[in-house]
Amino acid sequence: MATANIEVSETPLVLYALRRADDALILGHRLSEWCGHAPAMEEDMALANMGLDLLGQARELYTYAAKVEGRGNDEDKFAYLRDVRQYRNLLLVEQPNGDFARTMVRQFFYAAFADLYWRAMMASSDPTFAAIAAKSEKESAYHLRHSSEWIVRLGDGTEESHRRAQDAIDDLWAYTGEMFAVDDGERGLIDAGIAIDPAALKSRWLKAVTGIVNEATLALPKSDWMQQGGRVGSHSEHLGHLLSELQSLQRTFPGATW
Amino acid sequence: MYTQALNSSDGDDRRVEDVARASQFQARIDADERIEPNDWMPAAYRKTLTRQISQHAHSEIVGMLPEGNWITRAPSLRRKAALLAKVQDECGHGLYLYAAAETLGTSREELVDGMLSGKAKYSSIFNYPTLTWADIGTIGWLVDGAAIMNQIPLCRCSYGPYARAMIRVCKEESFHQRQGFEIMVTLCRGTAEQKAMAQNALDRWWWPVLMMFGPPDQVSQHSDTSTKWKIKRFSNDELRQKFIDATVPQAEFLGLTIPDPGMKQNENGSWVHSPIDWDEFKQVLAGNGPCNRDRLAARRKAHEEGAWVREAAMAYAEKRKSRQLAQAAE
Repeated sequence: MATANIEVSETPLVLYALRRADDALILGHRLSEWCGHAPAMEEDMALANMGLDLLGQARELYTYAAKVEGRGNDEDKFAYLRDVRQYRNLLLVEQPNGDFARTMVRQFFYAAFADLYWRAMMASSDPTFAAIAAKSEKESAYHLRHSSEWIVRLGDGTEESHRRAQDAIDDLWAYTGEMFAVDDGERGLIDAGIAIDPAALKSRWLKAVTGIVNEATLALPKSDWMQQGGRVGSHSEHLGHLLSELQSLQRTFPGATW
Repeated sequence: MYTQALNSSDGDDRRVEDVARASQFQARIDADERIEPNDWMPAAYRKTLTRQISQHAHSEIVGMLPEGNWITRAPSLRRKAALLAKVQDECGHGLYLYAAAETLGTSREELVDGMLSGKAKYSSIFNYPTLTWADIGTIGWLVDGAAIMNQIPLCRCSYGPYARAMIRVCKEESFHQRQGFEIMVTLCRGTAEQKAMAQNALDRWWWPVLMMFGPPDQVSQHSDTSTKWKIKRFSNDELRQKFIDATVPQAEFLGLTIPDPGMKQNENGSWVHSPIDWDEFKQVLAGNGPCNRDRLAARRKAHEEGAWVREAAMAYAEKRKSRQLAQAAE
């Protein structure tokens, strides 16, 4: 017997925290899949490091969501007892690791956004968000630096690494638009000074990304068609498999404490 | 960690190059001085240490796999973060130990190739599978516990870089050991299913963990020289006994039964175990453990699939260097 999914009262503030928590958890989980299998030991260390940062961010954000919601949910209930339709992360972060180039491009696109996002969120009128942002900003800055360096090495490395990096950019590009989307609930939080408007970050994000991509002798796709859906639970097929692994013990032994 | 079982000689290389230097060297060791990379040392000392430290490093790196097997399935976010951090620590130990081995004059690439080709050994314990979450607790509790028994004396090893590496590694290992024991406490206080999971893990890991200390003293090779050089300070059986005596009360505390019905306490209070199946140990060392093939295949796959990444990094570094040279020439 599997434990039933929890119910979540998705008020705008709860939902806002959950969306960012899910981004961090799912991307952190993806990075943790590399552990023991990376191209070099130094990279095993770095990927685990970034995974741990993201896991830490997720835990703080879930804990805050639980507090705001006030229904007795907690970080583990949010992570382990919601099904794929209840997850609110960006489609980008759930994309499979693929080869190292794909993992790094995914990290780069996300970190280039997260770096700007958390820095801006340090000015949030919500003290908890501001505090989480102050910590996450430092971590994201490192993630961006690390992934940028790899994009340049891979793009300007060998023919093979160039091809793999370009393929990854071409395939993941359509998942970047979702980072800048805002719905009505979030608009209210932006107006209240709790959240920041991600659309205002877009030109700086594009400039930063273009700079690195050019330095790497790579190119961004011309297409501006963007996939959406993660924020409302319309995910790719990949997320369900990730969750079935992530949640297996909690689902197999309902109610047990670990 | 995990080198006690591995310090077997693979050849007779005890020719002493220079009698006077050798006796000076031994006098330094006898005076508890530390030997440093640039000091003169007998070739056999260098060889023994290179083998031991690199086997230790390989064990850390291969040891990432059985526990890594549960990172994506850890049952809470706190456990997930702790496990990921632990496996990352092991990688750090591996890097640190390869660096210590390199001070003896063999490159990390060469040492790693020895492991990937199957020529160099790593600890037999990592050739057993992690089947349930309780295995993660048991590995922390017993495998790291046994490793600490081995490593505490190595903090006083005569070779400076190894001894210093061990001091840092031991600190982290004892943290891992406590974490593992805490997982076991939680399971044993949990549901009947969780307690049964914990007992089953102990049943499967107990004997392989005892084997980690290596063959019994009567048949252990190479110990005399290692003892004389103060690389090894306790015999396999002494360490095994210390470990058992420390572990029995912990198992009692957990309410778990050590899977050795014949185990008895002697008049000194020590627990005397039943005979160990050394044939199993030999089989595992010979490559026939349940996971030997999987472990090596996983390491080789990571190495091979990472080749293009490492090549790209090299190619980029070369390009950058030549661009800088060209710029400087302008």
